[in-house]
Amino acid sequence: MSKIGVITFPGTLDDVDAARAVTYAGAEAVSLWHADADLRGVEAVVVPGGFSYGDYLRCGAIARFAPVMTEVVAAAAKGMPVLGICNGFQILCEAGLLPGVLIRNQGLHFVCRDQWLRVENASSAWTSRYEQGAEILVPLKSGEGCYVAEKSTVDELEGEGRVVFRYVGGNPNGSTNDIAGVSSANGRVVGLMPHPEHAIDALTGPSDDGLGLILSVLDSLVAA
Amino acid sequence: MARVVVDVMPKPEILDPQGQAVANALPRLGFSGIGSVRQGKHFELEVDDSVDDATLAKIAETFLANPVVEDWVVRRVES
Repeated sequence: MSKIGVITFPGTLDDVDAARAVTYAGAEAVSLWHADADLRGVEAVVVPGGFSYGDYLRCGAIARFAPVMTEVVAAAAKGMPVLGICNGFQILCEAGLLPGVLIRNQGLHFVCRDQWLRVENASSAWTSRYEQGAEILVPLKSGEGCYVAEKSTVDELEGEGRVVFRYVGGNPNGSTNDIAGVSSANGRVVGLMPHPEHAIDALTGPSDDGLGLILSVLDSLVAA
Repeated sequence: MARVVVDVMPKPEILDPQGQAVANALPRLGFSGIGSVRQGKHFELEVDDSVDDATLAKIAETFLANPVVEDWVVRRVES
C-alpha cells in the first residue's frame, strides 16, 4: 500500500481531513511531525492547511524552516510528489518549491465558500485523473489567497501550462489571472488555495471532486 | 550590542489592501488631506557587535521580508 505523509505544524488545522482523504483513496496516511527531520518512508507528502505558527511574520514564513521541510525540499528535488493546500501552498511558496507568494485578499475579507475551479493542466502528478478543462467544486477558506508573482514568472507559468487550477465564476481574492493553483516545472509539486481534502464525499462536502488529486498521485506512484 | 532597525514595505506595484483600508477610514474619522497609506513592518533587533552588515542583509532578505512582494531597509541605530 502506498504511503502518503501528512505534515502537522503547530497551528495546522486540516491534517485530519487530509489524512482522511488519503485513506479514502486507498493509501496509508502517515503523520509527519514538523520537528522531526524524518519522512518515515513516505512516497508523497501533503502539506495541509491551517495557520502554522499563527501566520506570524508572513503566512508560511516560519514553517518553511521546520526540520521536516528540509527533508521535503530535498525529497522534492529528487522528484517526490508534494501537494500544498492553502497554508501548505503558502509554505511551499516561502520554501521556494513553488514560485510567487500569497498576499492578503483584495478587499480584505476572509472568503469561505464552495468554489468552482477549472483544471487547466491534467498532466501534473496530482491532476492526471481529471479531464483537461474539467470544472470541480471544492471549499475555499482563506484570508491571504491572492496569488502574486513577478510578471515574467506569471508569463512563464502560463506559457508552460503550470497554472494547474483557475477560479471560475468570479475571482474570490484578486489573484493574478484568477490563479488558484500552480505547479513546479516538473509537475510533481502542486499548490492550491482551495481545499480538495474537504470535498471527497458528498456526505461531508460539496462534492467528491477533490479525491481525484490523491487518486492521481497514487497512479503516478504505481507507475513509477 | 547595537540596535538594528529593519523596515519592510510592500513594493510600490503590489496592491496593499491593508493600507487602502486605513486610508479609506481616515475621512470617516474626520481626518482629511491624506492621499494614500502604505502599511509595512518595523523590526528592532538587539545585535552583537560581531554581526556584520552582510549577515543583517541576509536576515532581512531571506526571512524578515519576502523579496517577491516586499522591499527592505536595514539601519544601524546608535545604542
